[in-house]
Amino acid sequence: MNGLQATLKETWHFYKGTLNLVVKGSKAYYAWCFFLLAVIAVGFIFYLKQHDVGLIETNLTNEVSWGLYIANFTYLVGMAAAAVLLVVPAYVYHFKPIKEIVVLGELFAASSIVMAILFVMVDLGRLDRFWHMIPLIGSMNFPQSLLAWDVLVLNGYFFLNLFIPVYLLVKFYYHKEPNWKFILPFILLSVPWAVGIHTVTAFLYNGLAARPFWNSSILAPRFLASAFCSGPAIIILIFQIIRKVSDLKLEDEALFKIAELIAYAMFLNLFLLASELFKEYYSHTVHIESFKYLFQGLHGHNQLVPWIWSAMAMNVTAFFIFLIPYTRKRFSTLNLGCLMIIVGVWIEKGPGLIIPGFVPDPLGEIYDYMPNLLELMVSFGIWATGLLVFTLLMKVAIPIQTGKFTHVGYVERTYRLEEEQQAWKQSSSPKF
Amino acid sequence: MGNQRFTRREFIRNASLTALAGLSIPLLSSCSKEEAEDFLQKRFKEMTAEDKKRVIAKLEQRYFQKYGKKFEISTKEAIPDTLWGYGLDLSRCIGCRRCVYACVKENNNSRYKHQLQWIRVLQLKRGNMINLENAEHYYNTPLVPEKGFVYLPVQCQHCQDPPCVKVCPVHATWQEPDGIVVVDYNWCIGCRYCIAACPYKGRVFNWAEPNIPKEEINPSVHYLGNRPRMKCAVDKCTFCIQRVRVGRYPACVEACPTGTRKFGNLLDPKSEIRYIIDNMRVFRFKEDLNTEPKFYYFFEA
Repeated sequence: MNGLQATLKETWHFYKGTLNLVVKGSKAYYAWCFFLLAVIAVGFIFYLKQHDVGLIETNLTNEVSWGLYIANFTYLVGMAAAAVLLVVPAYVYHFKPIKEIVVLGELFAASSIVMAILFVMVDLGRLDRFWHMIPLIGSMNFPQSLLAWDVLVLNGYFFLNLFIPVYLLVKFYYHKEPNWKFILPFILLSVPWAVGIHTVTAFLYNGLAARPFWNSSILAPRFLASAFCSGPAIIILIFQIIRKVSDLKLEDEALFKIAELIAYAMFLNLFLLASELFKEYYSHTVHIESFKYLFQGLHGHNQLVPWIWSAMAMNVTAFFIFLIPYTRKRFSTLNLGCLMIIVGVWIEKGPGLIIPGFVPDPLGEIYDYMPNLLELMVSFGIWATGLLVFTLLMKVAIPIQTGKFTHVGYVERTYRLEEEQQAWKQSSSPKF
Repeated sequence: MGNQRFTRREFIRNASLTALAGLSIPLLSSCSKEEAEDFLQKRFKEMTAEDKKRVIAKLEQRYFQKYGKKFEISTKEAIPDTLWGYGLDLSRCIGCRRCVYACVKENNNSRYKHQLQWIRVLQLKRGNMINLENAEHYYNTPLVPEKGFVYLPVQCQHCQDPPCVKVCPVHATWQEPDGIVVVDYNWCIGCRYCIAACPYKGRVFNWAEPNIPKEEINPSVHYLGNRPRMKCAVDKCTFCIQRVRVGRYPACVEACPTGTRKFGNLLDPKSEIRYIIDNMRVFRFKEDLNTEPKFYYFFEA
């Protein structure tokens, strides 16, 4: 009876505390949240129209049947890779500065997956039949369909990236040393799993012999390389913001380390692209058409050309910014490089990957696809949803990490928290 | 240790409470009985005879209300020992597109804005066949055939190893025992992965609610074939499943004024299609992709 009472009291404390954290904030916090909510509302209204009338409300056709939604989906699956970059050094090598931010990185990955799944859902013509894809309840074509694989690995990754940080946060909340024997296998599993979600998403396109632009074995490695650029680039920016608006301490060194990793990934990305371009342009078979459409225009259809060349320029510039220690370790150039990579990779791995796959179509038809207002608004709405989810998660997770929000039993002993956390952090290495 | 387990249990309890609250929201939004029935309708292949009867009755009533005609919805199964094959004589095709329009009419295709067509006739400059980059899809000349051009009609090739079936995440499309690749329009989730996978552009999507003029509706339909479809599901050529399973030719074969189009049972050594394969110069479109199409292009002379 006593135990139940204590549990109820604690549950109440937890929810009240969470609500308090989420509802109360600075003016900037309110402005940010209401801005996101407004964008979500607009996106939702546009989506309702699409749901009501059908996908005819988009600019998609039988020629280019996937567009902005699937482009964003592909990019965001890449984003979720960021977690793996933080997990590897943080947990396996006990790299100290990164360890402090790894929980937040994984929550970021989880938010990215939320967006990726939402983009697939708005792209579905029949959202009402979504349950047909659920294993056991519906009729999933596993292991034949790569889309079925994608559903499984994405949800698995989503689970891992929620479970690990939530477990760690609960431990922090109770001021306990995490049971490393229990959680470490999950952490280690998340590393190959992150590689897995990218590979499976690449295979989704890669396996289609009907689309020569995607049907190249270099596609999955290219996916991974570009994902290891854009995800960490966003994380560098986000952590600077978090550092400013909360009292979580993040060392510059951690950000510079991530930036260095981006430089290697970008080199690999550019190298793989060059390999592919060489093969296509030198052998010059009929399969070159899609590349021509993307890079130089095909029969006067050249609307993607300025996009891809600005992406190339941004990626190359960012590569040099991150390569040279002087520009890497100055925040003005570092942030510029991050922005360039975020946009550059989005163009390259989003629209630059999806649209040319459909142009020219298997019967040689060229259809110039550009997303319309509805597709843009729905997409903004989903991005805003992801950012809101991440903001709220951070709003609760950071106070737990810093020891500000804690189990009811510790409230009276708050004055000791700072010391305890300090002591935990300084303990040479986690025991596992 | 005991204390630690307690906290975990506590945490799980907290989490499940949150989940319960979240799950109750969709349950609260109620819907009518008919909507619920549609929502829960099984995949055609998993329906019992009883299920099928009920669904057919419901559809017949619904179509009557919408189009004012009494529909005959068949669920006739494949005839044993048949594997349908198609022949197309490229030396005869004049590019008149009569097959295209006969197909649209027979199969109750949507006429939204422009028609949703299952057959596409490409106009190619003489000397070009494999590289379709210069193919003209929307040729609009007062007279066909135009000098200096050949015509290549393309539709679903009913591959024996169909990539569209392989990629469908929900088994909404499959190959029937007589070789016809069909779609359960009520099971398709509209992801369009099959459209991306098809090398022949054999599949089209209903981007909006299909619109068919009442006076042009064809009430003699098959469940897996030409019954009126719904928005945001995929559809495709079925070799006129509603016709061929009762011994008739597909509509495109009947409509062709030049005898370009041939149809028959590949398992019957005396069929016309077997004669063509044995005696004509036959090729299959994009044979290098190894999808084993059952659609044979040929030249007579």
